Amino acid sequence: MRDLLPEDMVRFRRIEDVFRACCCSWGYREVRTPTLEYLHLFTATGTLTPGMLGKVYSFLDWDGWSGERVVLRPDGTIPVARLYIDNMSGQKFARLFYVTNIFAFEGTGKQNRERWQCGAEFFGGARPAADVETILLAAEVIRKLGLNAVELRLSHAGLVKALLKEFSLSPAEEVKMTSRILEGDWHALAKAKCPNPEVGRLVAALLALKGKSSSFLHNVKASFPKASPDFKDSLEDLISISTLLDNQGCQYKIDIAAAHGFEYYTGVCFQFLAAGEKIGGGGRYDNLVPLMNGGSIPACGFALYVDPIMKLVPLEKEKKGKSGILVKGEELNPETVKACFALAESLRDTGYSAEIDFTGRDESDFRWVILVSRNKPSPFVVKDCVRRRPRYSGASLEEVLKVVSEG
Amino acid sequence: MKDYQVGYIKLALPKGRFLWPTASLLGEIGLGLSGYSDKTKQYRLRSTRFPDLSAKILQEKDIPIQVAVGNYDLGICGSDWIEELVMKYPAGSLVKISSLSYGEGGIYAVTSAQAGIANLDDLLARRNDCRIVSEYPNLAEALALNLRMRRFRIFPVWGAAEVYPPENADLAVLWGKSAAHIAKQGLIPLKKLLPVTAFLIANRESLESKDLSRILTCFNSQLSAEPQISIENELDISKELNIPCPLWPAKEINLALPDGHQQAPTAQFLKQAGLAVQGYSEGGVSRRPSADLDWLGIKVIRPQDMPLQVANGNFDLAITGEDWLREHLYRFPSSPVKKLFALGFGTVKIVAAVSQGMPVRNIADLRAFVQSSPDYIGAPLKVASEYVNIADKYLRDNRISPYRLIPTWGASEAFLPEDADILIDNTQTGKTLKEHNLKIIDVLFQSSACLIANKNSLRSPGKKEKTAFLTEKLRAGLK
Repeated sequence: MRDLLPEDMVRFRRIEDVFRACCCSWGYREVRTPTLEYLHLFTATGTLTPGMLGKVYSFLDWDGWSGERVVLRPDGTIPVARLYIDNMSGQKFARLFYVTNIFAFEGTGKQNRERWQCGAEFFGGARPAADVETILLAAEVIRKLGLNAVELRLSHAGLVKALLKEFSLSPAEEVKMTSRILEGDWHALAKAKCPNPEVGRLVAALLALKGKSSSFLHNVKASFPKASPDFKDSLEDLISISTLLDNQGCQYKIDIAAAHGFEYYTGVCFQFLAAGEKIGGGGRYDNLVPLMNGGSIPACGFALYVDPIMKLVPLEKEKKGKSGILVKGEELNPETVKACFALAESLRDTGYSAEIDFTGRDESDFRWVILVSRNKPSPFVVKDCVRRRPRYSGASLEEVLKVVSEG
Repeated sequence: MKDYQVGYIKLALPKGRFLWPTASLLGEIGLGLSGYSDKTKQYRLRSTRFPDLSAKILQEKDIPIQVAVGNYDLGICGSDWIEELVMKYPAGSLVKISSLSYGEGGIYAVTSAQAGIANLDDLLARRNDCRIVSEYPNLAEALALNLRMRRFRIFPVWGAAEVYPPENADLAVLWGKSAAHIAKQGLIPLKKLLPVTAFLIANRESLESKDLSRILTCFNSQLSAEPQISIENELDISKELNIPCPLWPAKEINLALPDGHQQAPTAQFLKQAGLAVQGYSEGGVSRRPSADLDWLGIKVIRPQDMPLQVANGNFDLAITGEDWLREHLYRFPSSPVKKLFALGFGTVKIVAAVSQGMPVRNIADLRAFVQSSPDYIGAPLKVASEYVNIADKYLRDNRISPYRLIPTWGASEAFLPEDADILIDNTQTGKTLKEHNLKIIDVLFQSSACLIANKNSLRSPGKKEKTAFLTEKLRAGLK
């Protein structure tokens, strides 16, 4: 469990503000789903893996005698898909975004159980243009946040599924292998014995090589002519997406191992990494809406992970240290208090932040300190805490505002 | 009170099914713990050979949790209860040292032969949701998740899971001696989840920092070399099982009768009321006794499970204790279960009790004591109870803070004073509490057997007349 302190919230709001502004400018509209959802929303195949479901906070509802359980939202995308199906299914296209917290059971006590994410989903968006749109939108947010050295990695769930199929595993083994891969254990696949040696070679090559442009994918296509039709279809899809990204000057690495985390992905999957940490990810999930009985609506989306980004996002310098105005009453009598509140109100109305104090608070954090006393004719003395100019005393309210505004 | 434990090695020993083999094992390896038998009235044992070894006899289900939280360094219990805990809390502080050479049967996922399901694929192919009943809710949940069941509901029960399918559950996860043993009960074993053997377990912290070697050495000769059992071990289930397929037609009205202590007085009461129930009054073996009324279905289940099973409509009427009704209603205030009338037997008091040595006389004293002497009890206050919702409400209402609940499976008195500070439990005469050096500081309420009903059944046009008929018949037993 973690508190977000004032400094943290400055960073949090900055991320949220940049994200919201970008999404709005791309035509996305904000939604918010409830913190509690029904468990069964997440249990069907193709939603969350058993490993992830083992970590949800679930409990009985008020009518728990029926056995129905609710969960603290363990994922951002599935609830938004439900929202779209329940409320907006008449619309062929829906560009939606959200800022939300998600909850996961955490056995070690060392990680956060509550995590925040900024996500955008594009329902009805057909490939490959919609895939490229979500990737570019995510990249724009990251760029506007001022994050440096962010790496984009591309993979494709269809490629992974096509490769798995070649191993002719039993359904139970395939489920197990899928779970391991989704949890990031690619060695399992590399070690598994494939009846077709060509596929073994292909897996080894894809795990060893990291392509940097669509040319790499063309090379793969040319080197493995006997790959299955499913594999080739997915490869073509990834080629078309990467070609569009090349045209946009968007840099990326092709890394088949970047497909992990969620079972619902069907097409391109991508991850953003910075300082060795995943700061976002997304992909295409064409089966999710049909699986939830929402009709055959293709969709794709992404989420940026607020917690790691907060550690990386630079803050504007002038905000640190001296800012704001301290209105300091010299005595605690009705007349002075009244004068203090009136002054603070005028300052706020003019657009400054003003803090009132009667207790001798430390002045070092403030740009200006205005002492308020019962002195006549004017009760104000203005201290400039930055430029150390002589005090300006005997000022009227209008004069105070003028001095402050001239800096 | 904590000082009492310093330097001691504490061992948790099971009651019940593993008591005899464990006692004989301990005799063989010479731990010098005498008095470990089912006749013993004490819970604490001292070793004559190792002065720093003490043992306590606990309900087997409680042992993995008690070892995991560090109240005991070592424990012996069945693999089923270990897996039930670690399935949900895999990163916990429980270490399985080794399996011991005894144990029997396994945990199976079963369905009724009548349900028309022959294997797991049939089950998964069904469109509607799957109702799973089990004493092992975490194992049941892991099974449902791993099978990728689209929609399921889990009903934890205190026992008698085998009687729920097919009418009241689609699947049960339960212990069985063998696949054949399960088949004999008219159930189909779909999957063996794990074999049940006794295990020696340890608390991770104790194992990492405390010298347990002399005790572990004693176990050496018995430590089994078999690989550690994991849930994934799946054994073949013979397809040649000859499974009887009894016909249990749906009945218009369903009544639940209690097993255990309540069975004999309930049978007596039914006799007084003039309701002849074959297969129940004889100290019965049948979980499905029958009555002369052809529209009445009867099942024998645990009284603890009845309010929930009446609420969800599996039964229209049930005979249970008021304690279990309250336990249910405190958790689910809008539940459609209602008490019709008390039956006048099985009267107990639900009390709060503490160790004689604790300087408090009533709950107000306790509140002040918790606030003023947190060090004495090592706050938060630890509360042992098999009635978690009753205990929770009582402590909240009395503004006891902070506290932590330790759910038990009965015999909460064994937890005081080392492992809990206060218990909330039932007592008939208070004699057992006194024997264990405990004193009652409050009586929460008095509870006796009562007839409960589903409010909707009482109103429903299809059921109204027959429930009224049955209720009146039972009321006659009061005279």
